[in-house]
Amino acid sequence: MSARPMTHLEQLEAESIHIMREVVAETERPVMLYSIGKDSAVMLHLAKKAFFPAPPPFPLLHVDTTWKFRAMYDLREKAAREAGMALLVHRNPEAERQGINPFDHGPLHTDMWKTEGLKQALDLYGFDAAFGGARRDEEKSRAKERIFSFRSASHRWDPKNQRPELWNLYNARKAKGESIRIFPLSNWTELDIWQYIYAEQIEIVPLYLAAPRPTVERNGTLLMVDDDRFPLLPGEVPVARSIRFRTLGCYPLTGAVESEAATLPEIIQEMLVATTSERQGRVIDHDGAASMERKKQEGYF
Amino acid sequence: MASAALQLGHGTGADAARAEVDAYFAALQQKSLLRFLTCGSVDDGKSTLVGRLLYDAHLLLEDQLSALEKESAKAGNAGGEIDFSLLVDGLAAEREQGITIDVAYRFFATDRRKFIIADTPGHEQYTRNMATGASTADLAIILIDARKGVLPQTRRHSFLVHLLGIRHVVVAVNKMDLVDYDRAVFDRIVADYRTLADAVGIAEFTAIPVAAKGGDNVAARSEAMPWYGGPALLDHLETVPLDAAGAGIAPFRMAVQWVNRPDQDFRGYAGTVASGRVRAGDIVAILPSGRTTRIERIVTAAGDLAEAVAGQAVTLTLADEVDCSRGDMIAAAGAATVAGALDARLVWMAEEKLEPHRAYWLKTGAQTVSATITVGAVIDIHGGADKAGPQLALNDIGKVRIALDRRIAATGYADNRALGGFILIDKATHATVAAGMIGGFPSAGALDAHVERIFWVAGEARAEALRARFAAQGRAAFILTEAALRDGLCSDLGTGDTAELTRRAAEVARLMSATGVTIIAAVPIAKGVAIPGSLVGFDAAGEALGDEWVI
Ligand SMILES: Nc1nc2c(ncn2[C@@H]2O[C@H](COP(=O)(O)OP(=O)(O)O)[C@@H](O)[C@H]2O)c(=O)[nH]1
Repeated sequence: MSARPMTHLEQLEAESIHIMREVVAETERPVMLYSIGKDSAVMLHLAKKAFFPAPPPFPLLHVDTTWKFRAMYDLREKAAREAGMALLVHRNPEAERQGINPFDHGPLHTDMWKTEGLKQALDLYGFDAAFGGARRDEEKSRAKERIFSFRSASHRWDPKNQRPELWNLYNARKAKGESIRIFPLSNWTELDIWQYIYAEQIEIVPLYLAAPRPTVERNGTLLMVDDDRFPLLPGEVPVARSIRFRTLGCYPLTGAVESEAATLPEIIQEMLVATTSERQGRVIDHDGAASMERKKQEGYF
Repeated sequence: MASAALQLGHGTGADAARAEVDAYFAALQQKSLLRFLTCGSVDDGKSTLVGRLLYDAHLLLEDQLSALEKESAKAGNAGGEIDFSLLVDGLAAEREQGITIDVAYRFFATDRRKFIIADTPGHEQYTRNMATGASTADLAIILIDARKGVLPQTRRHSFLVHLLGIRHVVVAVNKMDLVDYDRAVFDRIVADYRTLADAVGIAEFTAIPVAAKGGDNVAARSEAMPWYGGPALLDHLETVPLDAAGAGIAPFRMAVQWVNRPDQDFRGYAGTVASGRVRAGDIVAILPSGRTTRIERIVTAAGDLAEAVAGQAVTLTLADEVDCSRGDMIAAAGAATVAGALDARLVWMAEEKLEPHRAYWLKTGAQTVSATITVGAVIDIHGGADKAGPQLALNDIGKVRIALDRRIAATGYADNRALGGFILIDKATHATVAAGMIGGFPSAGALDAHVERIFWVAGEARAEALRARFAAQGRAAFILTEAALRDGLCSDLGTGDTAELTRRAAEVARLMSATGVTIIAAVPIAKGVAIPGSLVGFDAAGEALGDEWVI
């Protein structure tokens, strides 16, 4: 035969597209959780491909905490507009009222804005299926996560009650009130993501690229002072450092790395010789190896 | 073997980085993907072997390594050394139990390939997980502890590997250090395994003596075993030929997942090419209807393609306005069978047993239909005699016959793993209760155990005559008429809705016949609806014969 065999990236792309089409065909109200990070960017790009020439037949949902980097909010609107998709933004009104923030409330911040916020949004709009950009290579407990992950009506994840996934046959049937989280990027690695962004020229938040930015160092983590809500400790003065982010979340919770890599190839080059794994930058993961799993059982995405 | 990462980082600045990354990606583009499965009994060293592969492929990052060293010291089960098995353990609850109880997927890459490992547990009761991991694997590594040799579980694993159609089998004889790297031990195990392989139907395998803990013959040939002339495990994984090229010989088939209709002018059929290749202009059949048409365009976001091959996710447009919807198959002429019944092997995966007269959802390709299952035999995978049904329990493997509520396009598993596999779904709990592999298509009439109790008769006069004949034999029969159905069960149907009427009549007949009653159905048979039982007074095409008195 003349055609060359598919590359591993083409195979991953086809698998993700297959998954998205199954969800759209078999669920009533799907939504794509859009967190504005690089994985979300790839997931959105794949959705555009899966349903071309139609726009993806579902909205984007951003569960906002009000504490994302400003550059993320900028890209959010643009990405949705260019994809021709509706963008829904949900902020937990209770967290907003109580002024929950990452500086004063620690884990409660994630819990109320993200965990509770996500549940509220799904209930509010009646979504029965939500795409998420999590990958199995991110963290040990994710290695066993299914591509279709079932949640009870109260959004709990029961590790003992998940369905076996054979071939590319996904069982999307569920009882009323139950919902599914679907992870079309399950089999992608971080390098696959970067390689794909580079090959397909997908727009990402500029914070992934190094630039001089105001920073302070706390407990060995470099934090960016993104706006004047950042409470400086006595004697603390923001210092301009050339930094970039390997992962993006709430700015006070996301550690930067010092880097001169200002272009995508340089990032990839740095990544290929990297010696620390991706999630080290997330302050949230520092409380124990099994914590992610506990969060998942509670409904944190 | 070392990651290409190590060759990077010489240049500095954006241009140098771009040149390096471009070169690196050009090399990556040639990379293929190998999915493999590891299977062995508890403590054979699966986790250690997988951890070792990740380590030797330089996949571990600094913080992972330091976490690993800390955990190794804490767990204290490798005597101060790094315990590689800790790398691949997952859920906290499982970790407390000290065993892996599910399928976990791991990723690593070398210069030649990207690998996805399905790590499945060895405990005997977890057939279900192994079948899951095996369903997508191209290759299986079967671990054998050199001190224990071939065990009953080895047979179980090998049987499943063969059942799920994995063509490449590696037998890794592990813990060679504990048998003094003795060649005689290895040779004896290989000979034993060959006997087993013959018995379960595995024609070929590659045997490699390894010591996962020390890394012998894992990433590099071991000096401790100079008598072994074959490749190290990783070498073999990097070079074993993949049959992606099989796309060239197999006929084109694609299940339609979704009909793309953004506006009146565009109607595309989205799906993943399951086998073969397709070009614009090709003549294809839409199954099960059998209508033929031509491929007009192969649409992708990156522009139209002249050709698509197995594995690609595409959107096809057709030259004619033929009826085609989700679940239908677009295929080259003769590439699939249209059938209302299947013969299959079934792996039962639920605590609740298979109920012979209960209907399940069967999903294959992109279609979901109602199915009832008759168990012919429960296979003893340890080589003993098959047992009779009628039930299947968790982890049982059965030979079954399946009656579907309508005719579908299907393919045998041996022909195509993507389309020949199916899952069964419990209609009440929605759980996935079984995985099946289509073996063949029974001819109509041999449909199921109810055949001799269900008769489809053309016209009520014939029905009465047949009932009188049965009565004379002392056999009670019940006549199901269209009028009776329309009065009650089908009062919601319009007169044109014969397909649904036929389907309901078939279900009623099936349910009643299961209680031992003989059913004479004087109900029209709509085209395309699969019915149980035999036909009386119809010709082969299902048309009623003119002469009312053929009986
Ligand atoms: N001596 C020796 N011990 C090994 C080897 N491979 C694994 N082990 C040990 O065997 C035990 C079980 O290994 P593990 O990988 O947890 O087995 P699993 O249950 O199959 O995943 C552990 O104590 C390992 O350190 C080997 O090649 N040589």
